[in-house]
Amino acid sequence: MIRVLNISKSFQKQQVLFNISAEFYPGKVNQIIGKSGSGKTVLLKSIVGLHDILEGEIWIGDKEYSKASFSERRVIRQEMGLVFQGSALFTSLTVEDNVMLPLNMFSKMSRAEKLERVNFCLNRVNIDNANKLFPAEISGGMQKRVAIARAIVLNPKYLFCDEPNSGLDPQTSIVIDNLIKEITYEYNITTVINTHDMNSIMEIGDQIIFIFEGKNWWQGSKNEIFTSDNQELNEFVFASKLYQKIKTVSI
Amino acid sequence: MKIIFHIGRYFSLMFRTLRKPERFRVYMKQVVSEIDSIGINSIGIVAIVSVFMGAVLTIQMAINFVNPLIPKYLISLGVRDTMLLEFTNTVVCLILAGRVGSNIASEIGTMRITEQIDALEMMGINSAGYLILPKIIAAIITFPFINLLSVILGIIGGYGFNYITRLVSMPDFIYGLHYYFIPFYVTYSLIKMVVFAIIITTVSAYHGYFTQSGALEVGRSSTRAVVYSIILILFFDLVLTQILLT
Repeated sequence: MIRVLNISKSFQKQQVLFNISAEFYPGKVNQIIGKSGSGKTVLLKSIVGLHDILEGEIWIGDKEYSKASFSERRVIRQEMGLVFQGSALFTSLTVEDNVMLPLNMFSKMSRAEKLERVNFCLNRVNIDNANKLFPAEISGGMQKRVAIARAIVLNPKYLFCDEPNSGLDPQTSIVIDNLIKEITYEYNITTVINTHDMNSIMEIGDQIIFIFEGKNWWQGSKNEIFTSDNQELNEFVFASKLYQKIKTVSI
Repeated sequence: MKIIFHIGRYFSLMFRTLRKPERFRVYMKQVVSEIDSIGINSIGIVAIVSVFMGAVLTIQMAINFVNPLIPKYLISLGVRDTMLLEFTNTVVCLILAGRVGSNIASEIGTMRITEQIDALEMMGINSAGYLILPKIIAAIITFPFINLLSVILGIIGGYGFNYITRLVSMPDFIYGLHYYFIPFYVTYSLIKMVVFAIIITTVSAYHGYFTQSGALEVGRSSTRAVVYSIILILFFDLVLTQILLT
């Protein structure tokens, strides 16, 4: 489980996060939703330690991650996987080498065992016959899937995804969403996803946290969204006429 | 105040760079790849510059040593020592700062803005060590060889040009090349080359590593890397010459 207690974050003089507290559960798809610029990515990057927080506590399992030293963090991070918005694959490495890099660094497996694990993960994300291709030679959807394969190669306990559907067509988005959901349930991973994709929220969200202007404005399940009277949440979720109709029908 | 901030951040980055690598074998693979990128790929430009510098120096020495009291063999001695003491280390490193330095800064800068560095950190890899240390080691290994190659090619350039133009008789030219050779000059040149290798790789890596977001900023980092490397090379050239030769 991941616990975030009263965290605040500012860049120079501009405060971006205000006293956010939340809990993210294992075996569940936890989603952080909100408008662009609301602070979702900053919150996610603060949780994983890529941004230092101004105040508050972050607990990863039973370890206080926010107070961990540089070397302690490196050890904890080996239990985490992060899928970046832009995939962040290493452009100079092939698909296979990208996925194998964490294994090369931290496992004592033989080359054959590592290759087997890489192929298993690539298979798991439905990528075949692309081992020797470079990231520039594959599509955006495939890059995202390779990024997921790389994130799960070390069997992480925690999986973070920053807008995994951004820039993808609706069909590929659904494939990615289902993949994340399956992996989460299959390996009992604590998954935290940043998104503002409504399909994704409705399809795979188990627990949803709505961030508004850097504050934890609302949290609940996807079913509770339909009955919530939170004005900002309703304006965000039911911005389109289609979702307004869906809400009416649901109620 | 800003300069103190940069110096502090530079040394903090270097401290992280020099931490014990997670896996030596992976780093060694990186070093080999960087030797190719930083060293081998620089040989072409260094060879061209060295040959022409040797030839130009021969002409300039010949033009200036017109006094009949000055022996002609001093022309090739001048070419040899000037190449050895200054041109093949300082001037070559100024060129390498442009070629290698901008390459390092833009490579690491691009990795920063495309979140590849964050991805390394998230895997638990010391990104500074993984990206910068192999470049430093590769430069320390290859730059002295480049230096020696440059000296040889510079002298060959001077010799070849003199062979064609006969500014000095060939026996005089060869005698001058051997005359009053001080072996310490080679050591001095190699020491300078190692120091400049560290300056070029670390300063460029520093500017690349702390690139702000945006493609425009990668270009700026690259320019800053070259400018600061050149300034530091010239400064340390002065310092090392004062320490080692006086």
